[in-house]
Amino acid sequence: MKSESNLEKVLSAGHFAFTGELGPPRGTNAEEVRKKAAFLKGNVDAVNITDNQTAVVRMSSWAASLILIQEGLEPNFQMVCRDRNRLAMQSDILGASAHGIKNMLCLSGDHQSFGDHPMAKSVFDIDSIQLIGMVKQMRDEGTFLSGNKLDEPPKMFIGAAANPFAEPYEWRALRLAKKIAAGADFVQTQCIYNMDRFREFMKRAVDMGLTEKCYILAGVTPLKSVGMAKYMAGSVPGMDVPDELIERVKGAGKGKAAEEGIKIAVEQIQEFKEMEGVAGVHLMAIEWEHRVPEIAKMAGVLPRPVV
Amino acid sequence: MIVAKRKPFDEIKDFLKDYKKVLTAGCGTCVAVCLAGGEKEVSVLNAELDMARRLDNKPIELGAITIERQCDREYLEALDSMVEGYDAVLSLACGAGIQFLAERYPEKPVFPGVDTTFIGVNQDVGWYEERCRSCSSCVLGMTAGICPVTMCAKGLYNGPCGGTNKGSCEISKDQPCAWYMIYERLSKQNRLDNILKITPVQDWQNQKPRTVIQPGYKTSENSAEK
Amino acid sequence: MRLDYPSNIKIIRVPCTGKVDVMHLLRAIQKGADGVYAVGCLEGACHYNEGNLRARERVNHVRRLLEEIGIEGDRVRMYNLSSGEGPTFAAYAREMAENIKMLGPNPLKKH
Repeated sequence: MKSESNLEKVLSAGHFAFTGELGPPRGTNAEEVRKKAAFLKGNVDAVNITDNQTAVVRMSSWAASLILIQEGLEPNFQMVCRDRNRLAMQSDILGASAHGIKNMLCLSGDHQSFGDHPMAKSVFDIDSIQLIGMVKQMRDEGTFLSGNKLDEPPKMFIGAAANPFAEPYEWRALRLAKKIAAGADFVQTQCIYNMDRFREFMKRAVDMGLTEKCYILAGVTPLKSVGMAKYMAGSVPGMDVPDELIERVKGAGKGKAAEEGIKIAVEQIQEFKEMEGVAGVHLMAIEWEHRVPEIAKMAGVLPRPVV
Repeated sequence: MIVAKRKPFDEIKDFLKDYKKVLTAGCGTCVAVCLAGGEKEVSVLNAELDMARRLDNKPIELGAITIERQCDREYLEALDSMVEGYDAVLSLACGAGIQFLAERYPEKPVFPGVDTTFIGVNQDVGWYEERCRSCSSCVLGMTAGICPVTMCAKGLYNGPCGGTNKGSCEISKDQPCAWYMIYERLSKQNRLDNILKITPVQDWQNQKPRTVIQPGYKTSENSAEK
Repeated sequence: MRLDYPSNIKIIRVPCTGKVDVMHLLRAIQKGADGVYAVGCLEGACHYNEGNLRARERVNHVRRLLEEIGIEGDRVRMYNLSSGEGPTFAAYAREMAENIKMLGPNPLKKH
């Protein structure tokens, strides 16, 4: 075991993993974190805690992760390269590990121009692949990026993101391979709507032997409304929402779009359970944490394994 | 070349509000080529300043000179006899030229007339685009001649990120994704293996003032300074 | 053709409005002209392809420069007509003179 995290145990025992996500509050409201966490408790194996998501300032990811630990959940501490240099990253990793955080998701981070401080100076001292390598080096070699020895390595289960839908498509699996070569233990994908394209991506990953080296969790975000479907399709870079899907949500009729969105998500999860190479699902129910229990139940992923 | 933009007029006017006799010094190299700080731009700015100060009932006497390069002592010398006669100098050179001028006349207030913007190329008359961040460790050989430090909004060495958007960057549909272009060009050249390898973290060399002494030009003086 | 146009307009002939520089326009105002305008060929009919388009852009630039320093940008204008349009030339001259009358004298004259 690399980290002894619950997520690692679930995956290595061969169970189909199910992870959730929680966005920290725009303030010090710890109660809000606890309230959202309550919906996820017992329904997921680990919870991603976003790091200044969309470049908007929120409670820091490691701090919200600690609240989750207090509540008896396992966090997946997200870290972006936008806001910290290699010194800050390494010290946060040490601190996170010292407080019992055992999973990390290494990301580039959305560009600051999207957020609430668009004129901020970004850091990007290292990129997401280099970050993955750095965490692995700290964990496996017990050294800092500088090569100097550190006192007690951080035992992290290292995660990476993958976007199967961005062009050039031929590059997607190759990039995934790069992340795995850098040291990713698990991968959570971008929200999947184009199932055909995802099937192709997985086939390529299986053919390249990538699924032997790394656990791939398929990203699912239920569509709450026709507006959200259109927004995802038109305004979120790297997102691929087929027209048929938008039509299906629209076709559900007034007041029923959300139910249809959940139904689609459940169907997707059921297919992922059978899909070769898919080790689990990462459910990103954005500001919809309270619907997670029913989605988990309908998708037949409950009860969560105790390992 | 180095590309600059004229500073907003009000900012320049405010710099000079307490001075009655000012020398506007243009630079005949990069900033002249990019139409920001050459002889012509000196005349235009002086005409503006003259009119604005007359309207304020605070006339100003303006001198004008454009030298070949303000970043070079050899040319700066031409200012020595002039500067003395003025209360202040307004330089339209790039940041390097302005500093070199200010360093030469430490008693004299020196003000910038332009904002130095980037190292770039000339797409058409008056149209310039950034191409280099002078990072001191060029990776263009690996990236098919497209700079990821400059052209990728996140300066990624192992791109593209998940925000690459049908050939565009996530920040704007008008901004091409550098890593998309790198992939395409390398792919056409059958050199994709270049980016299949992981590029290790950079040893940043632009985090402190840099000095270059070219091989064969070392002297006891310059190596002592270093 | 005997066409009337205001006598207080001084005509400076240039081979093409593309020759008219920002400095020419600015200097006219700086030296006390109440207004200055460029009259070029019709857009799309420039003998040098885009001389008149460049002139328009420069006129617009000078208008912005003048606004920056507190002088009405509308003292500088660009008009287009074909060489055979004497009456239009006279009409534009009257229009420009009217415009300047409305704006009043060049404010620099008081200083």
